Amino acid sequence: MKRYFALGAFLFFCFAFPSHGEGFDVARHKMVEEVLADANTTSSYSGVSALSPNVIVAMKKVERHRFVPDALAPAAYLNRPLPIGYGQTISQPFIVALMTDLMQVKAGDRILEIGTGSGYQAAILAEIAGSVYSIEIIEPLGKEAGERLISLGYRNVQTRVGDGYYGWPEAAPFDAIIVTAAASHVPPPLLKQLKIGGRIVIPLGTQFMTQYLMVVEKQPDGSVTTRQILPVRFVPLTGGH
Amino acid sequence: MMSRPPFIAIGLLSACVLAYEVLLTRLFSIVLWHHFAYMIISAAMLGYGASGTALTLMKEMLLKEKISPHFGAVYVIAAVALAVLMPAAFLLAQQIPFNPLELLWDNTQPAKLFAIYLLMMLPFFCGGLGIGLVFAHFGKQSSRIYACDILGAGLGSLGVIGVLFLVPPHQVLTALAALALLAAAIAVVELKMRPKWLMELFLVMAVLATVALPEIPVHLSPYKDLSQALNIAGARVVEKRSSPLGQITVVENTRVPLRDAPGMSLNATSEPPPQLGVFVDGNGPSALTRFDGNLAPLAYLDQLTSALPYHLFERPHVLVLGAGAGSDVLQALYHRSAEVDAVELDRNVIDLVQHRFNDYAGNLYSRPDVHVYQAEARDFVNASDTRYDLIQVALLDSFGTASAGLYGLSENYLYTVEAFQTNLSRLTPGGMLAITRWLTLPPRDALKLFATAVSALERSGAPNPSARLAMIRGWKTVTLLVKNSAFTASEIAAIREFSSTRSFDLAYYPGMRADEANRFNILSQPYFFEGAVALLSPQRQDFIDQYKFYIEPASDDQPHFFRFFKWNSAVELFALREQGGMALFDWSYPLLVATLVQAIAASALLILAPLALSRCRRTLPSAPVALYFLAIGFAFMFMEIAFIQKFVLFLAHPLYAVAVVLCAFLVFASVGSWLTGHSQNARWQTANKVTLAVIAMGTLSLFYLATLPNLFQALIHLPDAAKIIISVALIAPLAMCMGVPFPTGMMRLANTAEQAIPWAWAINGFASVVGAVLATLLAIHLGFAAVILLAVLFYAVACGALRRFA
Repeated sequence: MKRYFALGAFLFFCFAFPSHGEGFDVARHKMVEEVLADANTTSSYSGVSALSPNVIVAMKKVERHRFVPDALAPAAYLNRPLPIGYGQTISQPFIVALMTDLMQVKAGDRILEIGTGSGYQAAILAEIAGSVYSIEIIEPLGKEAGERLISLGYRNVQTRVGDGYYGWPEAAPFDAIIVTAAASHVPPPLLKQLKIGGRIVIPLGTQFMTQYLMVVEKQPDGSVTTRQILPVRFVPLTGGH
Repeated sequence: MMSRPPFIAIGLLSACVLAYEVLLTRLFSIVLWHHFAYMIISAAMLGYGASGTALTLMKEMLLKEKISPHFGAVYVIAAVALAVLMPAAFLLAQQIPFNPLELLWDNTQPAKLFAIYLLMMLPFFCGGLGIGLVFAHFGKQSSRIYACDILGAGLGSLGVIGVLFLVPPHQVLTALAALALLAAAIAVVELKMRPKWLMELFLVMAVLATVALPEIPVHLSPYKDLSQALNIAGARVVEKRSSPLGQITVVENTRVPLRDAPGMSLNATSEPPPQLGVFVDGNGPSALTRFDGNLAPLAYLDQLTSALPYHLFERPHVLVLGAGAGSDVLQALYHRSAEVDAVELDRNVIDLVQHRFNDYAGNLYSRPDVHVYQAEARDFVNASDTRYDLIQVALLDSFGTASAGLYGLSENYLYTVEAFQTNLSRLTPGGMLAITRWLTLPPRDALKLFATAVSALERSGAPNPSARLAMIRGWKTVTLLVKNSAFTASEIAAIREFSSTRSFDLAYYPGMRADEANRFNILSQPYFFEGAVALLSPQRQDFIDQYKFYIEPASDDQPHFFRFFKWNSAVELFALREQGGMALFDWSYPLLVATLVQAIAASALLILAPLALSRCRRTLPSAPVALYFLAIGFAFMFMEIAFIQKFVLFLAHPLYAVAVVLCAFLVFASVGSWLTGHSQNARWQTANKVTLAVIAMGTLSLFYLATLPNLFQALIHLPDAAKIIISVALIAPLAMCMGVPFPTGMMRLANTAEQAIPWAWAINGFASVVGAVLATLLAIHLGFAAVILLAVLFYAVACGALRRFA
């Protein structure tokens, strides 16, 4: 009886989860399709009408399973956040796509990321932008992510372990900044390091739960406005669609 | 057969079990979050109930070889197992990688939660087995056993809170193990067991447990604020304090400073000065800011939405509720307030600022213009006859960890309509109440607060509430002002000026135009302005009903401010969970429902099913017997939980309410049952006794429901000791009546249908497991008054059932 159970479990794991590169590729494309569908249904609420083609290409290319702990690799292409240790998470692919899109990254752009985490978001950005500068405050996490990005061949990403509050002045100004590390306020030095017309994207909420996204835009006169985006097709009044 | 039950050992065992239950709610608040308190209560009841079933099955087995010789051994084994399992179950539960934040993402999480539930049940199972065995064995003396059992329980629950003031929770855990071993040793003596060296063995083990047992590790969830702060390079813990109100950890980081400035304006260029992070139960932090008397470095405090009211006053007299480590007091000083009264609940927090870090805090809590009071916020305002220009409540979740309270009812008496009315009555003419909360989208807290303010103004007889309200929002916080007269044109100008210079949005002020809303922090719709206008219109109730979150104002009878959950939207959001809806899904409420389902399933499986499958199906209790023990189980739980709530306001703190009310209930219920036992020879029929008790308790409960709010208001000025004595005196007669039905029913069975005793025990256990959770759920929906009325109804049903017993 036990033997049959073991065999069953083995077969289940073989077929349920992709265990080799090709399986992962299929799973990743399926995940991107899901993300695209989600983005479409959410479009009128998020202000992102459709994900830009370069975001889609990047999402299809970057292998998320290389950014999660080995044990979670089979779950890497589920559209959900996953734990990566030290109380940190790799964001939900849908949220990553949305945030990247909201940053309106163009080829050649210079991007700053506060909170490297697994390095997945940096890799997505590196696929589109000219250069990415990423700072992680948790030492082991930052080192691991830095090594991972190098081993995956991302030459245009520079990582650093340390305090992100003062940004990366040597590389400033930036076309866009993403702050994924929790902060009680937006560090004024980051606003200074943002180009006129540039954007800061900040997810608000807790690990596993992104409440809303904030996009800070720097106006030509140096003032800032923000947009607060609910990443879901949901209106608070019944019947108010 | 032995003639005398092990009374002392029973009392000790019962004290251990109850103390363990209270301790676990503390430990789980530290390790995870407070939502798990009711799960512990339910697990405890499940263990008790399952032990009743096990007892029956065991008795069947043992009867063949005569139970008597084995009784003592089984009893002592149960006590020793309790001693071992109390620390072991907690240690094992910590090994299960349960993460409540993933509850809705990961479908293995519910199974992990269930595993923890079953693990935590085990010690209670052993405790219940020991106690139940004595009941089964000495059935005819059940009233005296019940008295010892419940007296021990009362003392255990109260005692552990006293001990927690002196000793950190993980050390209390070892002490309880030692106490259970002591109970085993005493049982050996009381039951005249052999060999006698067993007693010495258990005593030695008890001493070893207290002295030699290594410290039991308490691992915080890696997702708690403290864990996250400690992951950052340079973080170090500089101070730790512990009390039943919470475990305080002070963290310093000179390499990567804390920099707490919640929702600071994006236009600000200032940076907060060095700060220490004060975490309570791993949540927080509240910032302890370095201050040297120079106000200039505090400029950042003028860049928060909570600074708004200071721009409408000249040198106000301010009351800060929930002062914590002093940020709001500094904000008041920065804005040149004439005097600041600061209220903080936790003496440890005050002591940190006033003594341990006094130099760092610049003598903040000892300044002549700052007066610090250790009190619960609502209680302080109730008892105070001072009038303030400004009452400031900023980002305070009332009792903080303490609302982590036992029974995990996340009630909050600071944001109820009645609380707003009291606050407004303590203001000088032209005074204001200012409340700041975190921003949620779509708006939840902000609109619920706004609705609460409108109701409070109306009930206070304010002629035109819309003229007395103003609300602004930043990108992360919302501040509501409630004035006790109409806002003047110059005040409105100041509000507009304050907001526009900081890029905060106007959400509402009297006479606001729609095009002034939603300018700086742009939402897809001007939700806050539209909501505020709707809540001031005649269509208010329609708006509240159609809103997809529950924003009906909280009241003292239903003080669940943090309930935003509506089933309809939950279904919609759950379907949208992968499309970004997960974060809007308030999981604490479904968790409560899940706990109820879990409780019903587990108790049916572990308590009722084994009996039904064993030979006991032949000795099934009659329907009236089953109904009787079911009804009194529900009723006791409902009464207990609802009255704890009713006394929270009077005793000023949920923890004291739990301790005093629970202890009074248990002790006086035991007196009631003892008296029942002693009047055995009286001519009173048992059914009449119960009827009389139920009539008395029904009358008393109704009387209390009608009079307690006014009585509390009249007596709130009294010192704590007097209030505790009054509370006990009020509960005593009620509890004594409630102590009658259980032993009366048991004695009736002992005389008429002894084989049904395990069933009675099991059914009563089932009702208690489910009742603990159900009472919480019903209170949220119907209010505490309704829960009390339901309890009376259950007792009435029990009366009817008892008359059809035999």
